[in-house]
Amino acid sequence: MAEPMLSVKGLNAWYGESHILHGVDFDVRQGEVVTLLGRNGAGKTTTMKSIMGLVGRRSGSILFEAGETIGLPAYKIARLGIAFCPEERGIFASLDVAENLMLPPAIGEGGMTVETIFELFPNLRERLSSQGTKLSGGEQQMLAIGRILRTGARLLLLDEPTEGLAPVIVQQIGHTIHRLKKEGFTILLVEQNFRFAATVADRHYVMEHGRIVDEIANDALAANMEKLHEYLGV
Amino acid sequence: MHEIFGIPPQALFGQLLLGLINGSFYATLSLGLAIIFGLLNIINFTHGAQYMMGAFVAWMLLNWLGLNYWAALVIAPVLVGAFGVLIERTMLRHLYKLDHLYGLLLTFGLALIIQGVFRNYFGSSGLPYRIPDALRGGTDLGFMFMPNYRGWVIAVSLVVCLVTWFVIEKTKLGAYLRAATENPPLVQAFGINVPRMVTLTYGFGVALAAFSGVLAAPIYQVSPQMGADLIIVVFAVVVIGGMGSIMGAILTGFGLGVIEGLTKVFYPEASATVIFVVMAIVLLVKPAGLFGRVR
Ligand SMILES: Nc1ncnc2c1ncn2[C@@H]1O[C@H](COP(=O)(O)OP(=O)(O)OP(=O)(O)O)[C@@H](O)[C@H]1O
Ligand SMILES: [Mg+2]
Repeated sequence: MAEPMLSVKGLNAWYGESHILHGVDFDVRQGEVVTLLGRNGAGKTTTMKSIMGLVGRRSGSILFEAGETIGLPAYKIARLGIAFCPEERGIFASLDVAENLMLPPAIGEGGMTVETIFELFPNLRERLSSQGTKLSGGEQQMLAIGRILRTGARLLLLDEPTEGLAPVIVQQIGHTIHRLKKEGFTILLVEQNFRFAATVADRHYVMEHGRIVDEIANDALAANMEKLHEYLGV
Repeated sequence: MHEIFGIPPQALFGQLLLGLINGSFYATLSLGLAIIFGLLNIINFTHGAQYMMGAFVAWMLLNWLGLNYWAALVIAPVLVGAFGVLIERTMLRHLYKLDHLYGLLLTFGLALIIQGVFRNYFGSSGLPYRIPDALRGGTDLGFMFMPNYRGWVIAVSLVVCLVTWFVIEKTKLGAYLRAATENPPLVQAFGINVPRMVTLTYGFGVALAAFSGVLAAPIYQVSPQMGADLIIVVFAVVVIGGMGSIMGAILTGFGLGVIEGLTKVFYPEASATVIFVVMAIVLLVKPAGLFGRVR
């Protein structure tokens, strides 16, 4: 089998004195959609930020396309072809929608055209000159996803893209993820909503207290429902 | 037209002009402070000393190397800006995560050191700097006589301020700057070298101060103290305008220069304090400043 696109081994991370991740191990293969499931505070966001180089102190190994990234600053990690859509969306209030959309610089060939992004998220086209943070929550999420599709990054880290959104918008984001998978993007997705996760992902990892405690293939999800309820406390 | 509100028009326009000149310096300096504060979270108390360095570099270029005003207008900001880059790389970068107070103390200390060094070498009496030949003399505007050099200072300051505003508010580079002011880690995560941007931004803000210093050299004496006197007023201007806004800094700078000038005409006793009175009132009514956003 080919080398995984992303391979995380023995990842530890700290915020100041608090030790948050205690040896996280998982990998994501080219073209897969993989989720990190887990309760609030399990360390999902911290895992993504560690991959992106946004956590002050981390150790272990994060291989991206076989290259070690653990010692690199965030801007160099991004230029390898990883893009991050944060949980709080990170839409800039001092930028209008067009500026927000065009902000991330292209880091490689083959990014999506703006026209295709508008096809995915038609709302954005009509709001281009609005202030970024004047958009509705759903539109902000579309903008946050849309702007990282332009850059040519091949691995997308999406942190709870459906959080707090209306069902129709969750559905739209689900369609988008399918479409992105078809276009060849590789996606690591953080979700609390495993019903949604089940509709888009190939595999799931379950996190607890800063560790990966289980791995479940999507077609084994139904058989593992009870276990999952327990993990997620739903 | 002999008098306006009982004031001879010559005196009124004369003070208005002086007000606009002072306003040019207030605007350019507070603009630099606002940009630096926005991205670095540091209140750059060295700003006045860097303005003074601009004037001194112009003086040294002329008297030691024979390089004229026009060359100084380019070279002095570059040199002093490079000095700023050095300060940022070696000192300021260690303070970003700390309270504003640390940056303020460090830059204040640096200002005292720089001023002390210049006083040691050049004395405190002040050195003259000639107005460049092309800008000598004046123009009769009909309602008043305008010394050419003063007109030039106002015009070029206005242009520099507006170009800076345009770059920050309307260009891609400016979008990076605004975004990094809001959320530096995320901008890093998009592949932008934010630390380098921070360094260059500080260098630019410092260069802007030095540029102002060169403009000031022929008007005021070139002296080690020139920046320290000015910067206190400029900080009041920044407080009145609010730290967050570029256009706010520009408008407040020119506006307060004019208010100060008018006060000299109508109530001269208050002219030295009017800006601080305005500051006190604004702080009471709008603590974040006229154009500021609470952050
Ligand atoms: N900046 C920070 N400083 C200190 N501790 C933090 C910080 N951010 C998160 N933590 C702590 O780290 C732990 C993991 O947080 P993280 O945000 O990774 O969880 P999560 O799995 O993403 O949770 P959620 O589902 O609520 O988003 C939590 O205990 C949290 O309190
Ligand atoms: Mg999270």
